[in-house]
Amino acid sequence: MAAPPATATPSPKTNHIGLTVVEYKGGKTTLCAGCGHNAISERIIDAMFEMGIDPTRVAKLSGIGCSSKSPAYFMSRSPSFNSVHGRMPSIATGTLLANQTLLAIGVSGDGDTASIGVGQFVHLMRRNIPMIYIIEDNGVYGLTKGQFSATADLGSKLKTGVINDLPPIDTCALAIQLGATFVGRSFSGDKKQLLNMLKAAIAHKGTVMLDVISPCVTFNDHDGSTKSYKFTKDHEEPLHDITFVPSFEEIDVEYAEGETVDVTMHDGSRLRLRKLEEDYDPTNRIEAIRRVNQAQEDGEILTGVFYVNTKAPTFTDLLNLTDEPLATLPEERVRPSREVLKECMERLK
Amino acid sequence: MATTDLAVHGATGDSAGNRIVNDFSLQVATVNGSGSQSANTVLLRTIFQMGVPVSGKNLFPSNIAGLPTWYTIRANKNGYVARKKEVDFLVAMNPETAVEDVKVLAPGAAVLYDEPLKLNALRTDLTFYPVPFDKITATVCPEAKLRKLVKNMVYTGVVAYLLGMEMAETEKAIRRQFGKKQKAADLNVNAANAGYDYAVANLEKLDPFWVERMDETRGKIIIDGNSAAALGCMFAGVTVVTWYPITPSSSLVESLIDYMKKYRIGPDGKATFAIVQAEDELAAVGMVLGSAWAGARSMTATAGPGISLMSEFTGLGYYAEVPAVIWDVQRVGPSTGLPTRTAQGDVLSTAFLSHGDTKHVLLFPASPEECFTMAQDAFNLAEHAQTPVFILSDLDLGMNNWMADEFPYPTTPIKRGKVLSKEDLDKLGGFARYKDVDGDGIGYRTIPGNTHPMASYFTRGSGHNEKAQYSERPDDYRNNMDRLTRKFEQLRKSVPKPQMVRDGSSKVGIIGYGTSHWATGESQDQLRKEYRTETDYLRVKAYPFTAEVQDFIARHERIYVIDQNRDAQMFQLLKLDLPADQIGKLRSVRHYDGLPIDARSITDDIRAQEGK
Repeated sequence: MAAPPATATPSPKTNHIGLTVVEYKGGKTTLCAGCGHNAISERIIDAMFEMGIDPTRVAKLSGIGCSSKSPAYFMSRSPSFNSVHGRMPSIATGTLLANQTLLAIGVSGDGDTASIGVGQFVHLMRRNIPMIYIIEDNGVYGLTKGQFSATADLGSKLKTGVINDLPPIDTCALAIQLGATFVGRSFSGDKKQLLNMLKAAIAHKGTVMLDVISPCVTFNDHDGSTKSYKFTKDHEEPLHDITFVPSFEEIDVEYAEGETVDVTMHDGSRLRLRKLEEDYDPTNRIEAIRRVNQAQEDGEILTGVFYVNTKAPTFTDLLNLTDEPLATLPEERVRPSREVLKECMERLK
Repeated sequence: MATTDLAVHGATGDSAGNRIVNDFSLQVATVNGSGSQSANTVLLRTIFQMGVPVSGKNLFPSNIAGLPTWYTIRANKNGYVARKKEVDFLVAMNPETAVEDVKVLAPGAAVLYDEPLKLNALRTDLTFYPVPFDKITATVCPEAKLRKLVKNMVYTGVVAYLLGMEMAETEKAIRRQFGKKQKAADLNVNAANAGYDYAVANLEKLDPFWVERMDETRGKIIIDGNSAAALGCMFAGVTVVTWYPITPSSSLVESLIDYMKKYRIGPDGKATFAIVQAEDELAAVGMVLGSAWAGARSMTATAGPGISLMSEFTGLGYYAEVPAVIWDVQRVGPSTGLPTRTAQGDVLSTAFLSHGDTKHVLLFPASPEECFTMAQDAFNLAEHAQTPVFILSDLDLGMNNWMADEFPYPTTPIKRGKVLSKEDLDKLGGFARYKDVDGDGIGYRTIPGNTHPMASYFTRGSGHNEKAQYSERPDDYRNNMDRLTRKFEQLRKSVPKPQMVRDGSSKVGIIGYGTSHWATGESQDQLRKEYRTETDYLRVKAYPFTAEVQDFIARHERIYVIDQNRDAQMFQLLKLDLPADQIGKLRSVRHYDGLPIDARSITDDIRAQEGK
């Protein structure tokens, strides 16, 4: 990190584009005290600040639900579109078609993604839309007072005693299978891991899909829940220790060869994964799916960056879009000439 | 030989007596997937090239191949291009439908048929022309597998002879049809000539229908409404197109893809547009809203079932005030309905699409020219009013071939509406997204990517105040809804004005819209000639209705509203808009059998309601 300018009186710390963290703040949260979503909002603010992202270049997108309200609680300087339930992917896709230079961050929930929104989720992943897609995953619907969503684990219990008897949709396995190019799982309570994952996500070009376990303190934080703080802390199995070195910083810690896997992101920054498991290769798609499914089978909450592919073309690459955003092309570039119309008419005579 | 097969011909059917020139409808009954579309286009173009006003309507099944299809060509010296109720000349190539096709003909009609079908035994009041198509085809097409396709071109030659069409024009039309495929063109020209030669040698002209050269098509083009719409969108400066294939709108986007690839790739070799086939209509319209919010000129094209799916997002577009252009090429509903037949059945559903209090701008093109111009109107309106705009075309307009005048180059610049730049914000210091600064109900917006620190706002479909902040306050909700009403009311002055087709001193008025226009004008002539009933006629082009509509109603005693749907949807929409003392003037004429409306149906209905 660039050292703050040495001055006699302490001034607020600025990032490398000269903004203070205050300029990344959002409105006051209206979510429950202790809600995991608030912690995620905080990490987004930290990651954007530390990466020196201009907030006016960010577009925040969401669907409906507690999670989808949270873009109001971070980065007020960024334009935001809180759309309809389960349909944020199409809004995000459209946003990036209009302006592929924006950094799009979508915030969704488990119901918004895996239940009502699974159709659009699937196609967003498949297209490798260049954006960050975060699922704030608590396994229940909060705003309608605690019904199960499609990520609730088999046998998990509601406060009312209702047992979930359907298997969960594993959004990470699904995302890897479908074509997302940066897929991980984290926990709202794991500050360091989540922050580093988000920073790497910002540097990635392609669809980043992060499933973040984010306990619902009101409806799903009791014994019998598999998405509670306690259960998650007890069952979290990090795949690796994650550090992220932005392109504007030097790597200062060296590890012995074989201890780490380094992934160079397209902007030159590096995602450094210190192995906790022998031979886990996050660029191996088949193995990633197997390992995520294995964790599901074993009842462990595996966290970390499961899969990274920095080579795959994004959807906007495939569209061969002109460099200037479509949104701001002037009339002379979007209305063909009189001669073109004449030519078209001649062909129809 | 051929003449000996003839039954008694129709009353008017002698070649020396009544010649009916440039006034008939010719129907070709074939099987879909048999290549008959090429042959039918050749017939249409031959008549067009002879300077005679003509239209072609394809009645096809929802099927890839093997089901019956009928193509109707109407030639009319007066320029009537609506469907004619009666078929005057039938080309019966489909064994499946031939008997029924012949049975429903009016006396005096002519039937050209494939000889083995022996249709001449069915009726004694028609003129029959049997032709051994397989034998003729075999002589010109040695390759057996091609014969099925070539067989249809044979009838173009026979028809050309019988109706007095110029074979040179037929050959020109065939060569145009096959373009650079020289071998295919030669083969088909030979087939048409073989049909012609057979007819010269074997058939005696006994029906009264003739084509004679006129000069009424000079400078005109032939185009379907969907291609015209595509051109209109390209010249309107569309940048994002998202869609999900659905009959009858698919060809609109497919045509647009072709045009954009040809004319909208910049000198850098890169596209100045994005066209995305979405996973469904929900995603298609979601991408439209997302991209329009982020500053693109965005559109989608769909039909009724897609409109139903777009309902929720359309409400978001209305309430969050995001521009969108939505083409609805209407087909017959409800539900899957008749996917390949035409209707104007989505007027009410689009006008109020989505839950809560919503109202949407609708445009009603009646011709390819208007598909072209209204595309431009729609984008400018959508961005001016920051709201979804629907263009209600229909299958008849979208998928059939129409004569049209050359399209005029746009005279109106591309208007992006009230968008604040960084420089604007430098001066203003900030803005309130939904504040009615100008008194027209339309606020100022910013486009994501604007680098001014105060440029952002929070777009949402939930309750909000004029600063776009979340609000459940009763006064904020009401003020916002009232402003939206104000905006909608103001749009009466911005939407295309109706066409006053005839404004005489008649007590009887007609209000029509969209493709009913062509049959309505013809019906006015029938009412005048046959029943001495003069009618005035106003064609509505947009909703909300402009002042001219109420004025027209106020000035007439009785108003017939022409709808191509069961529930008189335009009639109902007008009722909602009128003062109570005017509502009783409205009467309804409805046509809803899946076929394009025809003049005779309108005339009969109005005559009956007029007590004549």
